Amino acid sequence: MTYLAKPRLHHPSLTTNKVGYTRRDYEGKISTLCAGCGHDSISAAIIQACWELDIEPHRVAKLSGIGCSSKTPDYFLGASHGFNTVHGRMPSVLTGANLANRDLLYLGVSGDGDSASIGLGQFAHVMRRGVCMVYIVENNGVYGLTKGQFSATADRGSKSKKGVINSDSPVDLIGMALQLGATYVARSFSGDKAQLVPLIKGAISHGGAAFIDVISPCVAFNNHAGSTKSYDYVREHNEAVNRIDFITPRSEITTDYAPGEVVEVLQHDGLTLRLRKLHDGYDPTDRLAAMNHVQTHQARGEVVTGLLYVDPDASDLHEALNTSATPLNALGRQELCPGAQALAKLNAALR
Amino acid sequence: MQPTNIANPSYFHKVVDCQWACPAHTPVPEYIRLIGQGRYSDAYMVNWVSNVFPGILGRTCDRPCEPACRRARVEQSNGEHPEPVAICRLKRVAADMKGDVSKRMPKLAPRNGKRIACIGAGPASLTVARDLAPLGYEVTVFDGEAKAGGFIRTQIPRFRLPESVIDEETGYILDLGVAFKSGQRIESMKALMAQGFAAVFVGCGAPRGRDLDLPGRKDVAQNVHIGIDWLASVSFGHITRIGKRVIVLGGGNTAMDCCRSSRRLGGTDVKVIVRSGFDEMKASPWEKEDAQREGIPIINFHAPKSFEHSNGQLTGMKFEVVKAVYDEQGQRSLVPIGEPEVLVKCDAVLIAVGQENAFPWIERESGIEFDKWGLPRLDKGTFQSTVPNVFFGGDSAFGPKNIITAVAHGHEAAVSIDRFLNGEDIHQRPDPMTNLMSAKMGIHEWSYDNDTSNDARFKVPWAKAEMALANIRVEVELGFDAATAFKEAGRCLNCDVQTVFTAPACIECDACVDICPMDCITFTANGDEPDLRTRLQAPALNLAQDLYVSGALKTGRVMVKDEDVCLHCGLCAERCPTGAWDMQKFLLEPTQAGSACRDPKKDSHALEVAA
Repeated sequence: MTYLAKPRLHHPSLTTNKVGYTRRDYEGKISTLCAGCGHDSISAAIIQACWELDIEPHRVAKLSGIGCSSKTPDYFLGASHGFNTVHGRMPSVLTGANLANRDLLYLGVSGDGDSASIGLGQFAHVMRRGVCMVYIVENNGVYGLTKGQFSATADRGSKSKKGVINSDSPVDLIGMALQLGATYVARSFSGDKAQLVPLIKGAISHGGAAFIDVISPCVAFNNHAGSTKSYDYVREHNEAVNRIDFITPRSEITTDYAPGEVVEVLQHDGLTLRLRKLHDGYDPTDRLAAMNHVQTHQARGEVVTGLLYVDPDASDLHEALNTSATPLNALGRQELCPGAQALAKLNAALR
Repeated sequence: MQPTNIANPSYFHKVVDCQWACPAHTPVPEYIRLIGQGRYSDAYMVNWVSNVFPGILGRTCDRPCEPACRRARVEQSNGEHPEPVAICRLKRVAADMKGDVSKRMPKLAPRNGKRIACIGAGPASLTVARDLAPLGYEVTVFDGEAKAGGFIRTQIPRFRLPESVIDEETGYILDLGVAFKSGQRIESMKALMAQGFAAVFVGCGAPRGRDLDLPGRKDVAQNVHIGIDWLASVSFGHITRIGKRVIVLGGGNTAMDCCRSSRRLGGTDVKVIVRSGFDEMKASPWEKEDAQREGIPIINFHAPKSFEHSNGQLTGMKFEVVKAVYDEQGQRSLVPIGEPEVLVKCDAVLIAVGQENAFPWIERESGIEFDKWGLPRLDKGTFQSTVPNVFFGGDSAFGPKNIITAVAHGHEAAVSIDRFLNGEDIHQRPDPMTNLMSAKMGIHEWSYDNDTSNDARFKVPWAKAEMALANIRVEVELGFDAATAFKEAGRCLNCDVQTVFTAPACIECDACVDICPMDCITFTANGDEPDLRTRLQAPALNLAQDLYVSGALKTGRVMVKDEDVCLHCGLCAERCPTGAWDMQKFLLEPTQAGSACRDPKKDSHALEVAA
């Protein structure tokens, strides 16, 4: 970490996006995480993705729980709304916020402890309800704040910094998200921004429950030989199923692909995700096949990354509940108190 | 690209833009840090060792360091007026606020019996004297004037440089056991060479101002002066008045000194008229600004045609209006635009259109050869003339330049003389002294202040205009006070504290890339330089600035750092979990005359042991 604030001086060639901000405008306070923490790279990827998508920072709500990962919303999007919830309770607070104001972009940032241990139930339900959000788990497989115990996502057989072998089975957040009905499921690695930034952009533009499991090495407690969440291990075992090209409605397609090499997914806001396949026959729109593929490769000790599953026809909780299209805070007196006549009509309907 | 060889002293030297640009390679960030710490005497001595005249240069230097300063590039599109650190004026702060430094002057070695003559007591000669006298050489300096300083004393007006500063700084040198023969103009080189000096250094300057042979010039001699001669007469008090309407011809710094001096000697309507365009004028931008601030218009694209007079009295000058035309090679020519000639009325004209070297006192049969421009034939690196024990430096070597260049020549010539008189090959030049040492003091503590300042450049306060214009001896610039100097020193980016990368330690976590405020660092596949420059976090468009490239990392990629706008804030090193980045202070000092510049002595004792 550093004590100094990042100097506000920036590169002379720094440009502004369509809404008039430079990438630096999407930064937050200076990080107090350990030097080299993967989480800081994820923060940088979120900053890059939001800048590239021309997102207005004040239209974003970032919510988190407790832990190293949950501190990070302080380190990006300094001009956005933020909420630090009780440990593991980010999903329910976010669900409430989303129901009250559906116009904001919801970014839930959590860790493996916050989501796979204390908040496992919350995680499961927010996924099955299909709350429109980007759920990012910064997964390092270790409890860093309490000095390096295994977390619930640590693989069986992996070794702690002190040399202890983990005997428990890991919670498979990707598998659960696929099972429980998330409509955008991806895994990435904090050390590979070329993959991570497009995945975050895809999740932001998705329009349903989007989940990204980002393996984020803990340099202080989980970056040694024997760990399955270290920089070296993930780089050696990374099996990317695809790469995303992000296509805005007006941008030209400049690269030609052989047929069958590319899958195009139209997102709800008109953006197209163009997935370049890295694995023959991998179809990211087939949920069962995706579950199968991930499990098979995981059993071989490989870390499957990329956009694992996407449902182009995703719907969300608001659709299911048939809620008001207007955020609650924008409803006027007329809508909230429609008058005696409307009440009488409603009562009559219930008789 | 091949991995950068940081063991080459030039690599990090080049990153210290100011020091690289300075002819004398003064370690600028080193002394600016000392000023920031209030260690003015230490800062003065760092300067004194390197550039010999800190107080004089702190007021008058041509400051090649400032256009090179990284701060100006860094402030681009970060503020309204990107400006370099006020390096020159900080140097003056060190000189103004220092304590007694006489005890810090070099100790004199026993006399070695070798006599050296220095002709002229300007900056080049005095530098040679300072470098050689403490080593035991018997140095004699000859000058036609009564006091030492040369052009520093005669050409620079008192309102820019008080005489007390010249006395002090020439005094430090003459006190090193140097014999100063004042009022002795050397009239014959042959006669001097016959006096048995072991070596002769010619540092007599470029003493003749160029005249303009235009119609009417002879008829109005009384009211037309050569600029540098006139400035000298003003300096010595021989001239105290000038006519009300004055035309200054020329666009260099001498012209600026002439016009501002005229304003103080009764000239109320003073104009600078120059053939070239305003932007192409040779004067430093700040000197043009200073003149304009005193209400002196600068009229460009006017070529002088004739002096107008009636009854032997100068009445004005005629000018032809011209424009600049560039041919395919980019060669400029000034062609008349066809308008009728312009008459500018005046009472006096000062001609400051350049200087010429003149060596009427060097006999051609002395063996010293001259080229077709009248300059001595010299060996470029050693300053040796065609007579092996005669050396040249300063304006008399390669034509008129400036003080700091003369000082740099002096140092090099002193090295040549020292090696020559010790029977060593003078073409073998000594390597500079370099030192690279970690600045790390704690987990996030460094031996320099790495919290980058956001301040814009501070202005040096000026004396009130009515006071300054009333008396030519009133210094216009007042210099920074201690508090402002502290803040201005804080603007220095400490470019000498280098970002040093150790590839084997890197785990490619991207922490440095994320934290770098200037997007200097990129991890990417290697390529050739033009290709790499386009593929970085931010494009590296400044081709004058190097890319720092590492060897291959674990993933096969390389680390590429664009040195161009690095703040040297050290955040990369603070964020690095493995210490692959470190901030290391780089110090380079050119080797000066003395044992360090000479071939290593074979130690007879060591040989005995080996046998």
